[in-house]
Amino acid sequence: MKKRTFLKTAGLLGTGLLLQPVIGCSNKLLQGHALPAFTPFSLPPLGYAYNALEPAVDALTMEIHHTKHHQAYIDKLNKALNGQAYKGTAFGIAEICALVEANDAAVRNNAGGHYNHSMFWKWIAPTTDNSIPVDLQTRINSDFGSLTELKKQLSDAAKNRFGSGWAWLTVHKDGHLFVSSTPNQDNPLMAALVEQPGTPIFGIDVWEHAYYLNYQNRRADYIAAILERINWQAVFESYTLAIQR
Amino acid sequence: MAFTLEPLPYAYNALEPHIDARTMEIHHGKHHAAYTTNLNNAIAGTDLENLSIEEVMIKGFDRMPVRNNGGGFYNHNLFWDILTPGGAKAPSGELAAAIDAAYGSFDAFKEEFTKAATTRFGSGWAWLCAHKGGKVEVCSSANQDNPLMPGIGCGGAPILGIDVWEHAYYLHYQNRRPDYIGAFFNVINWDKVAARYAAAK
Repeated sequence: MKKRTFLKTAGLLGTGLLLQPVIGCSNKLLQGHALPAFTPFSLPPLGYAYNALEPAVDALTMEIHHTKHHQAYIDKLNKALNGQAYKGTAFGIAEICALVEANDAAVRNNAGGHYNHSMFWKWIAPTTDNSIPVDLQTRINSDFGSLTELKKQLSDAAKNRFGSGWAWLTVHKDGHLFVSSTPNQDNPLMAALVEQPGTPIFGIDVWEHAYYLNYQNRRADYIAAILERINWQAVFESYTLAIQR
Repeated sequence: MAFTLEPLPYAYNALEPHIDARTMEIHHGKHHAAYTTNLNNAIAGTDLENLSIEEVMIKGFDRMPVRNNGGGFYNHNLFWDILTPGGAKAPSGELAAAIDAAYGSFDAFKEEFTKAATTRFGSGWAWLCAHKGGKVEVCSSANQDNPLMPGIGCGGAPILGIDVWEHAYYLHYQNRRPDYIGAFFNVINWDKVAARYAAAK
């Protein structure tokens, strides 16, 4: 059940959006049995309207980002996997990210693109509840001193990522939170290629496609808007699953 | 002496419909301007301050603000220079011969260059470079790196480049990068590319 636990910790099981077959995912379990069929990945529904995040994120950006960019990562990932579990054992997107190697560009780029966007849609989902659950608030205060300091670190990481990439809030395996950034579609699950691995519980997409139609070169304005739109319930769900790991 | 942002040699709308005026204005007036300012800030008071941009990129390669903004300054200067409204369909003379020698035909080169630009994941550039002796080669590089920098791309001197950062095309083409690359071929100033080739070989 180790792999199943891992999927849960990545925050994917709760929603069912990304759930791939999780039966018999370890080699040991599979001995003497036929491999379960691999189900290709498909685009998870956004769960809210494309205009729901206006004015922070405009409807056209959301629609293209979801139906074109995210879809393209999924299509290319499915093509790269060619109907097989990754390395014969990884069926879920978080597992694939955890196993991917630096020189496996097609899987690295597109598994990252699929995982990152799937989580991003949840972390910025519209909500009227802006409160931070007390356990998470306590952890933030302990690791950053204050929410203000956390947001400053996230903002700096997002602004300073040169080129395309993401800024992350991540749970280290020892339980503490840290802020980092990664290029392109890499993410902190990719232990083989990031300096600071862990389980991300929030991320900001700073590819220009995430903001250019509305903000053009003003990345800082987009980052500030996103940081005021964090769905803390979704982040808390990711956090809860991560610390159970 | 500080580097300066030169005006474009044509109007912002001169490359329409292939590259739209608003993209050109923001690309030049905001992005290129920011690289210029940040480059000057990064080299002020350092040993790089009075060098040429080529020297700055090489000697400052291990300093990320210099590498990123020096590349951004140089690459955009090249980009504006090799674009023109009403560009010729293809090069001629010794450059055409060098492209034929390397790729068999102009169309085969175009296919290779398009592939390099399409498959550069994330932000970056695709290049046609000239090596000493005259051989030409296509490659790509990430972010604002370029082949003049040590160990980047195919080496040689870039004589043609396409910016495939999303800011170069997103307002008009959004996710359709291949359409932008196709349109780029309508606005190449092959005379300028040929002059760069003659100087580099």
